Amino acid sequence: MSNFIQRLRWADYLILAVIVVFFGYIWITIDGTLNYKWRWHLIPNYIIGWHSGREEYFANLLLQGLGATFRISIYASVLALALGIILGVARCSANLTIRMLARTYLEFLRNIPPVVVVFIFFFFLSQQLIDALNLERWSRGIARQEDNGIWEFFFGEMRRFPSLISGVIVLALFESAFVGEIVRAGIQSIPKGQGEAARSIGMSRFQELRYIILPQAFKKVLPPMANQFITLIKDSAIISLISVQELTFKTVELVASSRMIFEAWITTAAFYFIVCFGLSRIFARLEKGAEKA
Amino acid sequence: MSARTPIIEATNLDKFYGPFHALKNIDITVHQGEKMVICGPSGSGKSTLIRCFNGLEWHNSGKLVVDGVEVYQGSKDILKLRQEVGMVFQQFNLFPHLTVLENLTIGPMKVRKIGQAEAVKTARQYLDRVHIPEQADKYPAQLSGGQQQRVAIARSLCMESRIMLFDEPTSALDPEMINEVLDVMVELVDTGMTMVVVTHEMGFARKVADTMVFMEEGHIIEVSPPEQFFTNPSSERCRLFLDQILAH
Repeated sequence: MSNFIQRLRWADYLILAVIVVFFGYIWITIDGTLNYKWRWHLIPNYIIGWHSGREEYFANLLLQGLGATFRISIYASVLALALGIILGVARCSANLTIRMLARTYLEFLRNIPPVVVVFIFFFFLSQQLIDALNLERWSRGIARQEDNGIWEFFFGEMRRFPSLISGVIVLALFESAFVGEIVRAGIQSIPKGQGEAARSIGMSRFQELRYIILPQAFKKVLPPMANQFITLIKDSAIISLISVQELTFKTVELVASSRMIFEAWITTAAFYFIVCFGLSRIFARLEKGAEKA
Repeated sequence: MSARTPIIEATNLDKFYGPFHALKNIDITVHQGEKMVICGPSGSGKSTLIRCFNGLEWHNSGKLVVDGVEVYQGSKDILKLRQEVGMVFQQFNLFPHLTVLENLTIGPMKVRKIGQAEAVKTARQYLDRVHIPEQADKYPAQLSGGQQQRVAIARSLCMESRIMLFDEPTSALDPEMINEVLDVMVELVDTGMTMVVVTHEMGFARKVADTMVFMEEGHIIEVSPPEQFFTNPSSERCRLFLDQILAH
């Protein structure tokens, strides 16, 4: 730390001073003009609440939302990875029709704003899908059961299950386009000789991909792939628009009921930051470890 | 080589890369157990020809029958055929994410569906054969070029193929490693396997070849036994080529 201070020059102090003045000004403006009353002390209660009747702690709005964001991100990542691998392989297919189909899917999703994709999917497809699978009835049935603890752990409140599913699917569809491009880049970075060697010992196209090409490709694309999953967590905020009860949606709810606009949003921003920054640090460390090995 | 049974038969083979005519009306027959060495200037179509033999490249017209199977694009039998036709590449093409032993066993286990124990046993046997049993658990990147190429040869041997194709197996090697690879190949000659070798190593060719083939600009110019090929080639161009590479 002292080392760091020694390295500062007068110009650095000037820049720091300007920044402090700037934020100080904004602070005073909010405090003065808006006459905003900060109520930070109420926020912890909205993360972990105390139920006075049952005399126990429970996860309140913000923590519930964070939990939902975790679930959605994990399921959507798995689904996006599966779809992305299929898409990436299809993009490298020898068959022109398959290549064009994959390209079309990709260009559609890449050139439409995610919000629009979310709405189109929600209004046109998701309700039909949920009706067709009879998910609504099924999930309500489970919600009424006595010991649905495991279900709730994996999927949150079961009454909200259909909306969770549409959220996961739309997020996965959207991200799969980008995962697919990463997979394609990985496949194409593997020298042609690898495929030729695999074929020369009699491997089928599937075996060639499964045992030779994809394992090498994945090692190469691990950094952008990890990055894409962090992006997915951030993008998951979009599905709050279709009433999936994740962190952003819960924050909107909290702001509406308590009017703690700044506190609630700053807390939520902090949650996203901690999760995403933490993951990026973990991935960076894993990468370094993989390099050494 | 008492019974001269043909194992590779090419008739009127033509191959194009776009407008480039890579193979021109190729007629050639390789017999069972025969050691054929193909030479010629670069770009003459030698590699293309042997890559057609296991369907890594597809000829555009003519007929090619390998080990009783007709080779053509879209053939259902090509995967089966490739198990019988091993290939050793100029750039080794070992699988870098697998250990040496795994490189040798993945073909037998996944393609021939042989059990792991048996595949490992066979693999160790062939590693002995190419004189590097101690490298089994290393990764390809930890080996020298000569060692990598010997692993590649062992990988093909593990498939128990009946035919082996060598595509300039020593061209990417440092000079001091060429002999260790050639020695292994000379030892293979005694097993009675059919071998087609594209190479510029004329000493090796003289020692092992039953038949010498000279190609230029997509044509087969000369096919003759080595004693005639090296002392009295019938074509002028072949003589010139030999003079050039034997000069130093």
